[in-house]
Amino acid sequence: MKILVCISVVPDTTTKVKFIDGKEFDKAGVQWIINPWDELALTRALELKEASAGKIEKITVVNVGAVEAEATIRKALAMGADEAIRINTTAKDTFSVAGEISEAIKDQGFDVIFSGIESSDFNGVGVGGMIAEILDIQSVSAVSGIDFADDVFKVKRDIDGGFEMLEVKAPFVATVQKGIAIDPRIPNMRGIMMAKKKPLNVVESANCEPLSEYVQYEMPKPKPPVKLVENAAELVNVLHNEAKML
Amino acid sequence: MILIYTQNWDGKFKKLSYELVSYGAAIAKQMNTEVVALSIGNVANNELQSLGKYGASKVVSVNDPNLSVVDNKIYAKTISEAVNKYNAKVILFANNNEGKAIAPRISAKFKAALITGVGKLPKSVEPFVICKKVYTGKASVDVKVNSDIKVLTLFQNSFGVVEAPVDAEIETLELTIDTPTIKVIEQSKSTGKVLLNDAEIVVSGGRGMKSGDNWAGIEQLAEILNGGTACSRPVSDEGWRPHGEHVGQTGKIIAPNVYFALGISGAIQHLGGVSNSKCIVAINTDKEAPIFEAADYGIIGDVHKILPELIEEVKKLKS
Ligand SMILES: Cc1cc2nc3c(=O)[nH]c(=O)nc-3n(C[C@H](O)[C@H](O)[C@H](O)COP(=O)(O)OP(=O)(O)OC[C@H]3O[C@@H](n4cnc5c(N)ncnc54)[C@H](O)[C@@H]3O)c2cc1C
Repeated sequence: MKILVCISVVPDTTTKVKFIDGKEFDKAGVQWIINPWDELALTRALELKEASAGKIEKITVVNVGAVEAEATIRKALAMGADEAIRINTTAKDTFSVAGEISEAIKDQGFDVIFSGIESSDFNGVGVGGMIAEILDIQSVSAVSGIDFADDVFKVKRDIDGGFEMLEVKAPFVATVQKGIAIDPRIPNMRGIMMAKKKPLNVVESANCEPLSEYVQYEMPKPKPPVKLVENAAELVNVLHNEAKML
Repeated sequence: MILIYTQNWDGKFKKLSYELVSYGAAIAKQMNTEVVALSIGNVANNELQSLGKYGASKVVSVNDPNLSVVDNKIYAKTISEAVNKYNAKVILFANNNEGKAIAPRISAKFKAALITGVGKLPKSVEPFVICKKVYTGKASVDVKVNSDIKVLTLFQNSFGVVEAPVDAEIETLELTIDTPTIKVIEQSKSTGKVLLNDAEIVVSGGRGMKSGDNWAGIEQLAEILNGGTACSRPVSDEGWRPHGEHVGQTGKIIAPNVYFALGISGAIQHLGGVSNSKCIVAINTDKEAPIFEAADYGIIGDVHKILPELIEEVKKLKS
């Protein structure tokens, strides 16, 4: 069995975002990280492999990005992924990213493809579901737990207002969220050393065209300062009479 | 046509379905077209009819035992039949788990751009330009959509339910539905509780609540306000509250009318999940806490003392 984990490289969560003329994200001084959900997905994939007594042979990570992404991709290898694929182009929109990944991996026979439920930059949620549709395989979304035993995957998915435990047959895409793992695995020294020797294959882009373009960024308008009140009675009074919210 | 993917709960439409139809009707007006709402599952005729009140001139119902499990592949195929039949140009989903699961498949099927988490009407429809939040709410962007068909997911509570009554024509769609390839072995649904994504008022607690045992007040306040409950990430990491309540950059993103942040410092990752709220109320002992920069109203003080008083005051107001 082989597992693929889609990795997007995003600005550190504490980044104060800026744009150049409202047209382009200003990368100056930005720290890049593995998208938090993708990191959890990879963590769980590694745990599954370790517990599978050899049944899950390989964990591959894939990223659509320019050469700058490689430092972050190496971190995924340091965490324990066996190999990496970088598709050499910049991510344009969700559809083009999903198209690039599908094209690059369609003949590689991955049994499970993990993707994060959202990437914390553009907050697109579609990559996993789109890959599944393009490859014509099953997909399960909002996955907050996954186990592998007796050749079946038991998948926990959050439904709106509860959860379901599912049995899912490979191949499928799992779009994962929190709960799949709690804390991301931290690479150790040995992992970091080994990562340098692991394969990071660069694949040329299939030139998947985007369907949308980002034309103008805007920062939120500064909001008026907080109105402080003294006690609960006053708070209810302003919420009711001034804000008309209660 | 604008096609709406509605959701129901045991045959009753969720409020988000009415909001989606309202939003769809407003886009239909901009585009000079009409709204078709798609209902999957066993929904009675008068319930289907109720979508007309918000502007659906046609309601299409598909009901088949094979649709009792949400198999994303089969659902996408079913919806795509409706897209073809009604020549839909805009397809609307809720930005919740189910919507986010199926919308990408529809997008890929039709090479239709997917814009997730919208809250406002398109700025223009020719060309189609719509604003969405990016970088977890830290900025927004105007997206120009170049595909003929567009797929949008709408943040719940962002547009609101708006009446625009028309007579809804009910149609039943007979389709051959494949057998699901996923098997549900267990299901758990909380009943009687307001779902976090649906809630117009959310009462949320952070590490300042000190312990999971102190949540009775939060639940009580939520209950009298007919609201939902939420928490910050460390609270769910500690196991004080279930993961489903965690809001923020790595949790749920919500946009209620009022968000009560009790003992929450307001870290940037937390605000990413709640900054779309119409009104933020903070109670915190630390006047320097960043939550006060995001809040509209606040009290500097001890939540353990203020929360019981707040419950009493709200009770007075409601009686
Ligand atoms: C990659 C990443 C992703 C993250 N994603 C999220 C996310 O999605 N959601 C999220 O919430 N966090 C997230 N975090 C964590 C975030 O950075 C903060 O650590 C977290 O939000 C803090 O939670 P808190 O406000 O409950 O706790 P604290 O920061 O500890 O704040 C507790 C607050 O309670 C106040 N307080 C204490 N006692 C009282 C009292 N008696 N009465 C009133 N107030 C009191 C304190 O003054 C303080 O402001 C993320 C972090 C990282 C690195």
